[in-house]
Amino acid sequence: MALLPDLARSPALREFTYWMHRYRRTWRGTVVVNVANPLLFLAAMGVGLGRLVDDGGSDHLHGATYLAFFAPGLLAAAAMQNAFLDSAGPVFQSARQRGNYRAAAATPMRPADILTGHLLFTGFRVLTSALAFVVVIVATGAVPWRHSLLLLPAALLTGLAFAAPVAAWAVTVTRSTRINGVFRFVLLPMYMFSGTFYSTTQLPDWLRAVVSVTPLYQGIQLCRELALGTAAPLDSGVHVLYLAAMATAGLLLGRRTYTRHLYG
Amino acid sequence: MTVTISSELLVQASALRKVYDSGFVAVDGIDFQLRRGEAFGFLGPNGAGKSSTMRMLGCVSPLSAGSLRMLGLETAEHGPEIRARIGVVPQDDTLDTELTVRENLLIYGRYFGLGRAVIRERAERLLEFARLTDKADAQVEALSGGMRRRLTIARALVNEPEILLLDEPTTGLDPQARHLLWERLYQLKADGVTLVLTTHYMDEAEQLCDRLVVMDAGRIVAEGSPQDLIRTHATREVLELRFPPGEQQLTAGRLAALAERVEVLPDRVLLYCEDGETALAAVHAERITPLTALVRRASLEDVFLTLTGRTLVD
Repeated sequence: MALLPDLARSPALREFTYWMHRYRRTWRGTVVVNVANPLLFLAAMGVGLGRLVDDGGSDHLHGATYLAFFAPGLLAAAAMQNAFLDSAGPVFQSARQRGNYRAAAATPMRPADILTGHLLFTGFRVLTSALAFVVVIVATGAVPWRHSLLLLPAALLTGLAFAAPVAAWAVTVTRSTRINGVFRFVLLPMYMFSGTFYSTTQLPDWLRAVVSVTPLYQGIQLCRELALGTAAPLDSGVHVLYLAAMATAGLLLGRRTYTRHLYG
Repeated sequence: MTVTISSELLVQASALRKVYDSGFVAVDGIDFQLRRGEAFGFLGPNGAGKSSTMRMLGCVSPLSAGSLRMLGLETAEHGPEIRARIGVVPQDDTLDTELTVRENLLIYGRYFGLGRAVIRERAERLLEFARLTDKADAQVEALSGGMRRRLTIARALVNEPEILLLDEPTTGLDPQARHLLWERLYQLKADGVTLVLTTHYMDEAEQLCDRLVVMDAGRIVAEGSPQDLIRTHATREVLELRFPPGEQQLTAGRLAALAERVEVLPDRVLLYCEDGETALAAVHAERITPLTALVRRASLEDVFLTLTGRTLVD
């Protein structure tokens, strides 16, 4: 119990409070982007396209229905996308015209507190969106409920593996068009090729090698192994370590870029 | 109401320097001290190094050289502790325009780790102080420039700071908004808050500052009370003459003998003298007829002109 008051006094939590305060005004709109869109996608692809795939039969699905195969992939991809949307633009805005980072930096807050607090909020958003998604896929029977519990931390980890490095980069960005550029030319190709929609075993060897080192591939594999119940300690452990390393590297880099930006 | 300035040193800066990564030397070795209860100003044109100095005082910009002690602590090692005890009014307001006036105060108070009840109580008092009680639930977006600046000042007071830093507090405001702001700053001064401000408005410096330094190109070129500076670096009065285009150059030479010093500006000639009316009579006696003539008291603008050969606002 003694820990709780300390946590409540943590400076990073003050930044989290700021974001939650803003969120009170905007959460309704974000539900559409973060929850409804992935669910519509799940319905269209998983159910619509899935019927076609399942009728054809495929060894690449490891014996699962297409919906059961696709849902965890989409969960990881949505976590990536939500993490990006919540860290790239908002960090850029905060560091530039909105000025809220500069306002916070004038108080006892340190750059590292500001970064950590903002990432806590991004994590919160990734987690709540993932929760809504998981509830639906369990309800449809695509994923057994006992496999679903670990999906939430897996989605969160995937999100943070993106959010931390993206925030570290976004604080240095001077033009908003660069953020759109990264979304189009880095995130979307990753979305398409990292195994969200199909098993990467169908890709040519060279492309498969490239894809397997992307963080999204690691996140998708982790979520899929957990959802299908095929998780093995070694394989899944590698995914977890990879994603945790990305998040940690992003956090450490972000401390430097935030300090550089705010203490110019 | 008398304000007491104690002998306690709140700020001690020595050989303070700021060099940016680009190699630009913004602050080039300045020394100054600040006592509790003082209103201290940095006067200078844009680019003189005032804002860079303020950022170092705000503990958000590491020193390139020299030392800076605030509230008895080295800024390099105790940034968060010092920031907890000062208030900052930045040049750009950094208010959250999507939140309400009150929310801006509440959020900012949280950054200092203050409890909700404490912040709520202070927010009401600060809204009153900033004359924003009516606007408490309005979005900042809808506020005028003057209101935003008053809110920024109210926000900077939420932690009851010992020193308040104001960077160009009235730049960009209309005259009425400026006067209201000055009146509020007077109130703070009367309440014993130590003020540090930068300005390129001489009237602001003269009205608000007990003591000021004149900065130019990263250096301090003069220091003292406004009255001392005027006495030392300017005459008591100034006679301003305007001439038709082209005639000014021809006449300027003849005016030199009529005053202690003559300054020729693009649009007018300034004659520095003890008694402006006498000087004007002498001008007329020389059969020189300006378009307009104005006698005024010397100001800090004149001090700056004398010290640097340039005007404060281009």
